[in-house]
Order: sequence, then C-alpha cells, then structure tokens
Amino acid sequence: MPRVTHHPLVELTLARLREFAREPEALFWAFLFPIVMSVAMAVAFPAGRGQTVRVGVAPGEQSEALRQTLAAAKDIVVRDVPPERQLQALRNGEVHVIVEAGSPPTYRFDPVREESRLARLVLDNALKHSAGRVEPWHAHEDLIDIPGSRYVDWLIPGIISLGIMNSGLWSIGFMTVQARLRKLLKRLAASPMRRRHFLMAPVIARLALLGPEIAAPLLFGSMALGMPVRGGVASIALVAVAGALMFGSLGVLMGSRVRTFEAASGLMNLISIPMWVLSGVFFSASNYPDAVQPFIQALPLTALGDAMRGVILEGASLPSLANELAIIAVWTIVPFVIALKIFKWR
Amino acid sequence: MENQRVKLAVRCRNLQKRYGDVVAVDGLSFEVRAGECFGLLGPNGAGKTTTIEILEGLLAPDGGDVEVLGCRWETDEPRLRQRLGVQLQETQFTDKLTVEETLRLFRSFYDRGQTIEELLGLVELEGKRRSWVVKLSGGQKQRLSIACALAGDPDLLFLDEPTTGLDPQSRRQLWAVLTRFREAGGTVLLTTHYMDEAETLCDRVAIVDHGRVIAEDTPKGLIASLGAPKVVVHQGTLEDVFMSLTGRHLREE
Repeated sequence: MPRVTHHPLVELTLARLREFAREPEALFWAFLFPIVMSVAMAVAFPAGRGQTVRVGVAPGEQSEALRQTLAAAKDIVVRDVPPERQLQALRNGEVHVIVEAGSPPTYRFDPVREESRLARLVLDNALKHSAGRVEPWHAHEDLIDIPGSRYVDWLIPGIISLGIMNSGLWSIGFMTVQARLRKLLKRLAASPMRRRHFLMAPVIARLALLGPEIAAPLLFGSMALGMPVRGGVASIALVAVAGALMFGSLGVLMGSRVRTFEAASGLMNLISIPMWVLSGVFFSASNYPDAVQPFIQALPLTALGDAMRGVILEGASLPSLANELAIIAVWTIVPFVIALKIFKWR
Repeated sequence: MENQRVKLAVRCRNLQKRYGDVVAVDGLSFEVRAGECFGLLGPNGAGKTTTIEILEGLLAPDGGDVEVLGCRWETDEPRLRQRLGVQLQETQFTDKLTVEETLRLFRSFYDRGQTIEELLGLVELEGKRRSWVVKLSGGQKQRLSIACALAGDPDLLFLDEPTTGLDPQSRRQLWAVLTRFREAGGTVLLTTHYMDEAETLCDRVAIVDHGRVIAEDTPKGLIASLGAPKVVVHQGTLEDVFMSLTGRHLREE
C-alpha cells in the first residue's frame, strides 16, 4: 500500500524547518547576527590600528613647539587635552600618554596599560630624535605580512562558533519548551510517534540551515575583511556540522524538563554566559590562570572555537584536531542520551 | 447475560489517583462497549480529565486496573497507540504550520489511515488546508484536532471536553463528525460538562463527582430515575439528575 505521507522523522524535521523559516527572529539570530557582530568588530578594530599612537599635549608655554615636533613624527597623532580632562582621557583610551612641555618634558600615563607603555616609547623616541640624538646604527627591517594574525581574523571563527551555540541552544531549547507549554508534547506522546524521532528532528533541521549560516560570515570575512580561509570546504563543513549537532543536542537537553519560559531563559543563560566569557571567543583563553585551563579546554564552545580557528585560519587537518573533535563528540552523545531518559512529555 | 457477548472497548476497575493530598480519582469503575458512545459527565474538578488521561496511557494510576481494546498499557503500548485517536483538552498545535502540514505530520505516525483529502473532507476543512493554525477560529481548531485524532483510522476515540468554548454551530458540526464516526462502527469515550452534549451524543452516561461514579445509565434511564412527580412541570434533564444526587449544579456559571 503506497505511503500517504513521508516517514515520521522526515515529517517532524520538515515541521521544524517550516516553523523556523516562518519565524523572523530565528532567522535574524542564525544569519544576521554573525555578520552584524563581524562588521561591528571590524569597525572597532580596523586593520592598521596600533600602528599610530595617540598623544595628548597639555596646554602651557612651549606646548606649541612640542605639538609641532610631534605632528612631524609619523606614527603619532596629537590631541589637545586640558588638565581637568586628563585622567578621563587616559582612562577611556582617547589618548595613550600625555606629555607636558618642559626641560625635560613630563610623561603622564598608567604603566599597567600596554598601549600606554608602547606609546611612551614611541613618544620618547620621537622627541629625542628631534632633539638631535644620534643613532649608533639603523637595523634592517624585514616586514612580513602574516595573514590571519589580526584580531579580527582571530575573532571571526569564534563568532561563527558563538552563532552555532546560540541557534542550537536557544532555538531548539525554546521551541521545545513552547511545545511543552502548549500541550503539544502531550498530544504527540498520545500518538504512535517514536520519542527519539521527536528529539532528533530539530537537530537534523539545524543541519539543513547550517550551510547558509556559516557561509555568510565566512564569505563576508574573507571578501570584505580579508580574513584568510585556508581550510577546505569539506573540513570546515565537518567541524561546523559537529558543532551544530553538539549544541543541538545540548539544546534538547536544556529543553527536556523546563516548564516555563523564565526557567528556560535562566537555564540557557547559565550555560552560555560562562562560555561567552571563558571559551576564548573575544580574547584568548590562555589569559586565564593555569589552574582553570583544563576546565576551559573541556567546554563545548572552547573545543568548537579552537577547531574552527584551526581549520579556517591554519587549514589544520582533521587528525590534528582529534582532541577537540573528541570533546565535541562527547558533548553530543551524552546530553542526547540523558535527554531521552529524562524528557518530560507532559 | 448478553453482555458477555459484547466486546468491551474500555474496562477500568477501581481506579485511584492522588496528587499529594488531593484525591483526584477515588475508586472509579466503568465499562465502554464496542461501538457505543460513552460519556463521563461531571463538573470541573470531578476527575474526568485525570481518568481519561489514565485510560489514554498518559498518566499512571496509583491503583486499579485498566484494559483498553483488550490490551494493557504496560505491555501493549505501541500497538494500542496505532488503534486509538486522542483529543486533549486545550491542545494548541504549532501556530505557523498549515492545516494540511499539521495533518500530514500526525498521519505520518500511523501505519494505516485515511488520506489527507479524506480527513479534510471529514471535518470540512478543505477550504482551510493552506491556512496557518494561528489563523483558525476556535471551532476550526477543534475540527483540526478531531481530524488529527482520526488520522490513523482509529477503533476508539478519546475526547476530553470536545466542544467547550465553542459556539452552537461549531458544536453541532463537531457532533455531526462524531456521529459519522459512530455510524462507521467506531467507539467513543468522551468527557463533558454539557448535559445537552451527553444527552444528544451518548448511548450511556456515567455521572462523575469527586473522583467517583455516582450514577450510570442511558440518559433517558437516568432522567426517569428522578421519579414521576419531579417530571410533571418540565421534561427532566441530566442537570436535574445531578442536582438530585448531589444537591449542586453541574456547571457553576
């Protein structure tokens, strides 16, 4: 007898895809968010930043001569800063160091800030040079352009991973809680539907959307921002799929017993915010003390971010990422098995 | 007795269910014969929903015995689910799926059943097949819900308050669907707090209050049991029956 409809897993997956495609918010988070974040970052950290140093000149006699000397120096940008605003200007990075004319001049800065220490050196160099210091020798400079070493290059794979985490946890977790609240889960439990099909469907649906979701920021990053993409499409795709399955599975676990939207939000924030902070998305995780490194390395987002960076920026081979892929595999299988056991259908 | 020849669609004996201190179902027993429409009539909080969810295999009872279509939930669940249709109180389907997509989803769970066209025709929703669920009226949503319950061509339908909150015309439309189902040989167990629904649709009715059956008979039989003097002024109704048994109204309006 010919089948009237598709296999239930296919129907469940189609239902999830349709639900997603017809929800404008979900589309934003999946596609626009990574691009918006990348653009914002690129604008805030443009290429070439860090090559000029911002120096504040305090008003006073001889400040005019000082300003002219500095204006002639390349790498230095001069700003006028009145005394009452000096601390504020230093604190919020408007200027890196403040100089007061005098013989000798006074440098004002906080040595804790790396940019300020650098600025002080550049400033000192420029002033001494114009005062007539003679260099014993000039070194040859062999400038090398290493694509992929900018902050923005390092950021984008991390942001792609963040996007995968967000859509996995929030869209799957939330849709599940919503279905429970509407008693749709109870109604489905009353039918012959297999429970594992219901839990697998959203994870598979995520995969279908993964292609455009990754491609958009990758293309944007490489074409508009010059990020190198060294890995092949197949390896990047594989890492992305692994990450999507992992966070899909975690999303299913998150949604497995929660009964209200408040509890769902709370739980998802509890899981994702520590990873936003610890997993090396916005700055390297090695900034944290050694004692917590094993814990950080074991986190799902850390593993995915590292694998993404490896495969995109370095073209790393999959075997070399075995550690990260193993961690991802564990975070995929274990949550799904647990969810199947503890899922509340009522 | 001729009852021994009649197959039983549902048999429950001495059902018990409590939630903490609250006893929802307290020694409830009844039988539903194959091919009949059986009603559980009672006010809100009487334990009707708890009872029907136990019979639907969605809730485990604390005590008592349940047999549905000759099978037990503990051992025969997959097979039973193929033969049942269920409509819950207040199910909301996914808002942004169409009527047809929702029906396809439910139909896909069953090994056998009608086509989507036939199901749409049964509940007269052909014109709405491409509408999103969120755009349907209350009556249309209930009809979709019944169509999903009928998707697997069930032998037995469980309906929990099928017409609550519907306007009179929608109620009659739904009753017509159920009547057609009965005529094709199906069995129905429904809960309701509308006495006209119980009188119109049901072959037999059990009146339920505080988790137990306090009377069980055909609607006419129950009304006749009120006794002749009470019937002098007006035709007795099931409302009166309930009143005489408990001293309260069926529905607090």
